[in-house]
Amino acid sequence: MAGAGGGGNDVQWCFSQVKGAIDDDVAEADIISTVEFNHSGELLATGDKGGRVVIFQQETENKSQPQCRSEYNVYSTFQSHEPEFDYLKSLEIEEKINKIRWLPQKNAAQFLLSTNDKTIKLWKISERDKRPEGYNLKEEDGRYRDAATITTLRVPVFRPMDLMVEASPRRVFANAHTYHINSISVNSDNETYLSADDLRINLWHLEITDRSFNIVDIKPANMEELTEVITAAEFHPHQCNTFVYSSSKGTIRLCDMRASALCDKHSKLFEEPEDPSNRSFFSEIISSISDVKFSHNGRYMMTRDYLSVKIWDLNMENRPVETYQVHEYLRSKLCSLYENDCIFDKFECCWNGNDSVVMTGSYNNFFRMLDRSQRRDVTLEASRESCKPRQVLKPRRVCAGGKRKKDEISVDSLDFNKKILHTAWHPQENIIAVATTNNLYIFQEKVN
Amino acid sequence: MINTMECAVDAQSLISISLRKIHNSRTQRGGIKLHKNLLVSYVLRNARQVYMNEKYAEIYRMQQYEEVMTVCNEIQELNPLDLVEDCEEQTGDCCGSANESASLCGALLPVSHQAPAVQHLQPSSACSVPLALQSEEVCKAPEPSFYRSCCAEAYPVSNCDFSPVNNMHCNKTTVLDLDTHVVTTVENGYLHQDCCASLQQCCQGAQSPAKKRKLDFGYYVSEIEEVPDFTPCKRAKFEDSSYASTEPLDTSNISNLISIFGSGFTGLVSRQADLEQALNGQFCSKQALASLGAWTRAIVAF
Repeated sequence: MAGAGGGGNDVQWCFSQVKGAIDDDVAEADIISTVEFNHSGELLATGDKGGRVVIFQQETENKSQPQCRSEYNVYSTFQSHEPEFDYLKSLEIEEKINKIRWLPQKNAAQFLLSTNDKTIKLWKISERDKRPEGYNLKEEDGRYRDAATITTLRVPVFRPMDLMVEASPRRVFANAHTYHINSISVNSDNETYLSADDLRINLWHLEITDRSFNIVDIKPANMEELTEVITAAEFHPHQCNTFVYSSSKGTIRLCDMRASALCDKHSKLFEEPEDPSNRSFFSEIISSISDVKFSHNGRYMMTRDYLSVKIWDLNMENRPVETYQVHEYLRSKLCSLYENDCIFDKFECCWNGNDSVVMTGSYNNFFRMLDRSQRRDVTLEASRESCKPRQVLKPRRVCAGGKRKKDEISVDSLDFNKKILHTAWHPQENIIAVATTNNLYIFQEKVN
Repeated sequence: MINTMECAVDAQSLISISLRKIHNSRTQRGGIKLHKNLLVSYVLRNARQVYMNEKYAEIYRMQQYEEVMTVCNEIQELNPLDLVEDCEEQTGDCCGSANESASLCGALLPVSHQAPAVQHLQPSSACSVPLALQSEEVCKAPEPSFYRSCCAEAYPVSNCDFSPVNNMHCNKTTVLDLDTHVVTTVENGYLHQDCCASLQQCCQGAQSPAKKRKLDFGYYVSEIEEVPDFTPCKRAKFEDSSYASTEPLDTSNISNLISIFGSGFTGLVSRQADLEQALNGQFCSKQALASLGAWTRAIVAF
C-alpha cells in the first residue's frame, strides 16, 4: 500500500472489519475507552471500562493477493486494572482504562503503558512459540521422575509449540496522583514519561516506580480559587525537554523542562480570545479542551474542544492557524446537551501519518475527516449497515435547519448515545480505527 | 452579556439542573470528578448572574417610583437641607466599599430594603465581576442614593440570619482538601463583608442587646465571634478524614439549597418579604441570593 497520502476527499474509505458484540444491549464493562496503534502500526490496542486491554495484530500482508488487505486479529487480551477502594478517602477507584501508550520497540517483546484514574502500569507483551522438552528429572507434565528409573541423560531441546502471547505487568506506578489521571505520554528519550491529572503533572522514569518528579502543579493554595484544571498533556515527538498541557479554559501551555525543575511557568501560552458574540451559559464548557496532539513532524499541535478542532503553529501563540467546525449545528442545542450530560463528552482527535489530514469523532456514530491541504472535510458513519467487506463509506450530511434534503439527517434525529470519542490512525498507512460505544471499526483506503 | 436567547431553558431551571448534577456527582462511581464539577459551577455562576440581573432590574423598576414618592413625602416633613447633604455624602461610598456609617437616610427609610442590597453585593471572587458592574450601573442612577445607606443602619445583624428555616448551612461550607486531608470550614465571611458593613460591627462584638431578632441570631453571633477577621476557620486535621464524615453535612447543605431553589427564587424572596414585615423592614433581602456566591465558590472548591 502506498504511503499515507491525502485522506480527505481523494481517498475513499471502505469497511474492513468490526470487532465487538453485535448485541444492542451494551454491557458497561465493554465500553471502549481508548484506542491506540503502536509505532509500526502492526498492533492496535484498545482499553475498556472493565479494565481490560485487547490487542489486535495485523496479519502479514499476502503479497500475491493485494486485494486481500491485511486484517487485524486478536493477539492478546488481559485484565490490566481492577476496581480498587481507597479506604482513607472512602473513594472507589474505577478500573476503566483512560489511556494506553505504546513504547517504541527495542527487542522482541512489546511494551505498553496503561492507566486508570490512579495507577499506571507497564505491560510486557511477549510471544512464546517454543518450549523446552526432554528434561531429565521431570516428566513433560512437571511431575518429578523417580531417580532410580533414570538410566540415560539427554540435553533438553526447544520444540515448537502453538504461539502463546503472554502479557505480564513489569512495573506498577502507583500513589502519585491525588486527582484523576487523564493523560500519559512517553518521552522521545524512551526513558521517561509523564502522567497528568486534573491539577498536576508528574515525570517518571520507566525503570523507577517508587519515585516521580512533579513538574507542573496548578493547585491553588485555596481550593476555592480554583478556576481551571489540566485536561490533557503530551510530550513533543522529538524534543525531549518539551511538553504541552491543555486546560479547561481553552488554553495550551508549552513548557521547557530545561528552564526550571518546576514548570509552573510556561514558555508559551496558546490562547485564542473568545468571540463575545458567541457568549452563552455554556461558553466555559465548550471551550474546555478535551484532547491535544502534536503533529508527527512536531511543528504543529491540534486541540479539540466541544465544537471545533484547532491547529496551532508552535511559533504562533495568539491564535490557531486553522479552525475546523466539527458539528456547529449543535451550538443551538447546548441546553439539551447540558441536561443529558453530552456536553461533557471528551472527544479525541488524531493526525494521519503525514499530518495532512486530521480526524475526530461526533455523535450518531459519525466521524469527521478534515483535510488540511485541500481544505475539505467529510463526515462518515461507522454503522453496522455499511458492514459489507470493502463497502465504500458514503459521506453523510447533517441538516441544521430548514428543508431537509434527501440523504440528509436532521439534527433532531441524531442519536446522542452513539458517540465516537476515540479514534486512531495508522502511523504509515491509510487505516483507521474508530471506536463506537462497544465496537471497534477498522476502515481502510479503497484499493483499486 | 450572556446571550440568553439561545434556548428556552431559563436561568432558574439551569441553576436547579446544575445543583442536581453536583448533588448526583457525589454518589457517582469513581469519586467526584473535579473537571466536570468545575464546569457545572461555571454554568451555575452564569445562570445566577443572568437571574440576578433580571431580578434586580425587575425589582428596581417596581420600586423605583414607589420609593421615590415615599421618600419625597418623608423628606418634606423634615429639614430638607440637612438630609440632602447627608445622603449625598453616601453617594461616593456605594459601590466600591461597604463600610458606610449609619446615616440619617437609613433611619428614614424603613421600607427601602430590597434594592440597596444590590449595591453591596460584591462578592470578592472573580465569579461575580459582572455583578459588580451591574451594581455600579444601578448606583449611578440618581434615586438609589437613598437606598445605599440602608444597610449601614442600626440593625447590623439582619444579614446574617436571613432565613427563617435556620439555614446555617447556607452560610457555612465545608471543604475537604484531598491532598492534605484538612477540612476547612469557610464562613460566609467574604460575603458578609461585602454585603454589609454593619456586619463588621456585629462581628466585632457588637452584639447589641437592643437588637431584637426573631431568628437564630444567637447562633450566628457565636459563630462569628470565632472569626472576627473573616478568615476561614480550620478544623483540626482529621486522621481518618473521609468523605463519609463530611458528606452528610454537605449533602444536607445541597439538599437544602436544592429544595430552596426548587421552589424558585420567588419562594426565597417571599420569605424575605415575611421577614421584612416582622423586622420592620430593616433588612437586606438580597442576601439570600448573595449567599449563592459562597455556594458557587464552595462547589468549585472540591
